[in-house]
Amino acid sequence: MTTTTATHRGFWYRHPGLRLGGLLTAPMAWLVVVYLGSLGALFLTAFYQVDDFTSQVVRSFSLKNFQTLFTTSAYYQSVFRTISIALLVTILCLVIAVPLAFFMARVAPRNWRPVMIALVLTPLWASYLVKVYAWRSMLQPETGVIAWFLKPLGLDGPGYGYVGIVITLTYLWLPYMILPVYAGLTRLPDSMLDASADLGAHSGRTFRSIVIPMIFPSVVAGSIFTFSLSLGDYITAQIVGGKVTMLGNIVQQTYVTNLPFAAAVATLPVIIIVLYLLAVRKTGALESV
Amino acid sequence: MHAKRLLKATVVSASAMLLVAACGGSSGSSSSAGSAAASSGAAAEAPGGPAFAGPVGTGEGQVNILAWPGYVEDGSTDPKVDWVTQFEKDSGCKVNLKTFGTSDEAVKLMQGGGWDVVSASGDATLRLIYGDLVQPVNTDLVPSYADIFPDLKMQKFNSVDGVAYGIPHGRGANLIMWNTDKVTTPLDSWAVTFDANSPYKGAVTAYDSPIFIADAAVYLMATQPELGITDPYALDKTQFDAAMALLTQQKDLIGEYWSDYTKATQAFESGSTAVGTSWQVIANLAEADGGHVAAAKAKEGATGWSDTWMIAKDTPHINCAYKWVDYIASPSVNAQVAEWFGEAPSNAKACDLTSDKNFCTTYHAGDTEYWKDVYYWNTPTTKCLDGRTDVQCIPYSEWGTAWSALRS
Repeated sequence: MTTTTATHRGFWYRHPGLRLGGLLTAPMAWLVVVYLGSLGALFLTAFYQVDDFTSQVVRSFSLKNFQTLFTTSAYYQSVFRTISIALLVTILCLVIAVPLAFFMARVAPRNWRPVMIALVLTPLWASYLVKVYAWRSMLQPETGVIAWFLKPLGLDGPGYGYVGIVITLTYLWLPYMILPVYAGLTRLPDSMLDASADLGAHSGRTFRSIVIPMIFPSVVAGSIFTFSLSLGDYITAQIVGGKVTMLGNIVQQTYVTNLPFAAAVATLPVIIIVLYLLAVRKTGALESV
Repeated sequence: MHAKRLLKATVVSASAMLLVAACGGSSGSSSSAGSAAASSGAAAEAPGGPAFAGPVGTGEGQVNILAWPGYVEDGSTDPKVDWVTQFEKDSGCKVNLKTFGTSDEAVKLMQGGGWDVVSASGDATLRLIYGDLVQPVNTDLVPSYADIFPDLKMQKFNSVDGVAYGIPHGRGANLIMWNTDKVTTPLDSWAVTFDANSPYKGAVTAYDSPIFIADAAVYLMATQPELGITDPYALDKTQFDAAMALLTQQKDLIGEYWSDYTKATQAFESGSTAVGTSWQVIANLAEADGGHVAAAKAKEGATGWSDTWMIAKDTPHINCAYKWVDYIASPSVNAQVAEWFGEAPSNAKACDLTSDKNFCTTYHAGDTEYWKDVYYWNTPTTKCLDGRTDVQCIPYSEWGTAWSALRS
């Protein structure tokens, strides 16, 4: 009995490769089959065609889908519009998140922190759709809360459209920016700030030369969330976007009638995110995330 | 050394997985290639295999239904509106419902499988039939079929070569609807939704689906007869381009497009949408909520729908499916659905059972004249549906890309 166990143990001990292989097979299956496999299938589908009548996929290779995408002005304008929305959302999240996270991590008393984190996370407890529909009623032209607030100032509300999408997405993804920035700021050693002050730097200089470089990787991590989540969104655009559409809407509109074209459109955000990650890697931020 | 070993193990497990993936992938692709081949061959002849021979036996316990909103009500929308509970009690089949907002969505859901019956409009039926997703229906097993209006039976969108593929449900026209606070004079024309000088610029709505191109074509039939459109689903290049130009002009007027009927209801109620295309059920819901709205059929004519209950090809719940299509087309239930949704019933006997005795007159159930300028949704194909052979028509897949380009 004991000897069997010993040999059994010995087997795994003598074959570390198999041991590790056994451990990694399940996660690798997830990564390779479910994740990379479906991305591969998506990319492959983008080169197929569609049967005119039944809208079923015909497996003949052609670049037609990408050609349509890059030669139809409506489509490539949509690409730029989507990128600009994602960038604006990221910048707005950053502008709101950095001061807030700084207050949470550095200014507020230590025992407030759990409460404040919980507060930052509360929007995540509600369903995505509930939040977007709430924004729909707030953004409503003329009678919505925002229009009502702006009326005394003689201004019209933003209504449904580009601005509405940016506001709603910023609200939705803000926690994903606050949390990494907050984590980065809590890791910032007090001694560095003290040293900076001792050497005569005023607070602005300390922020510029110590805080920003130290939290830069966290900001990048947060921006990956806000940027990629905005880039792929389509429901927000549908509900508060009026007639403004994003890349996701094109996918949603065409995936029934022309799946290969939808696949071609869907590969664009993937390519944009990969380019973004490559650019980020150049800055060295990914190593310390 | 350690790192090297880790790398080796990773490579081993990764390659093992790739092998599995490759095998799975190849078997998957070969089977779907097979079905693709089958379907492209099937485009010539109607597929679907033989109809159920019957008899309809004991239910299988449940039935999964895909339907337009308002067709399958169990009291959760309005406690007074409930015909599902009775069906479940009578048949022992529990109803699992999913609603869809556009025909494209219905087709996609059917392609995904798992649904037993579907209420398909004319722009989905042929795609479902030739996509090998539905089976012929043995009308002898559906007692309600006998009382269906004859002009709804064996139409080109619900039968192929004399074989019925479903049970007609009801029909209606897409209406022009307006918020009576914003639009004070009653409307009877699509002009305010298309004209560049519309007073309602920024508050117009339109249905967000490629099939809406046909609505533009219907308007062009009345306003630009020189284009020679006779069937809004059979558009050659010139006619199609004219329709798209009209829609591009309309886009300037649009506040938002809708495909989700709850969003449309809310927009009309609140007045953020003043005027646009709508369904009677949206008008009914908005009115029930106290919204100030009205709806009418436009004088230029209208697109419309004639829906068909179809049964999925490989349904494991065939008995429940037959029980459902018979139940929903039976006079009293057909009357309830028609009144709730605001459409003309398909069952002639339903007209005696509506709570409003004038209902069938109001909705022109048997009024052949009324339906003359209502163009039921259909699936455009390269071969022109109006019988022209000297030109090629724009197929639905291109309607889809044109619509998405317009919307982008």
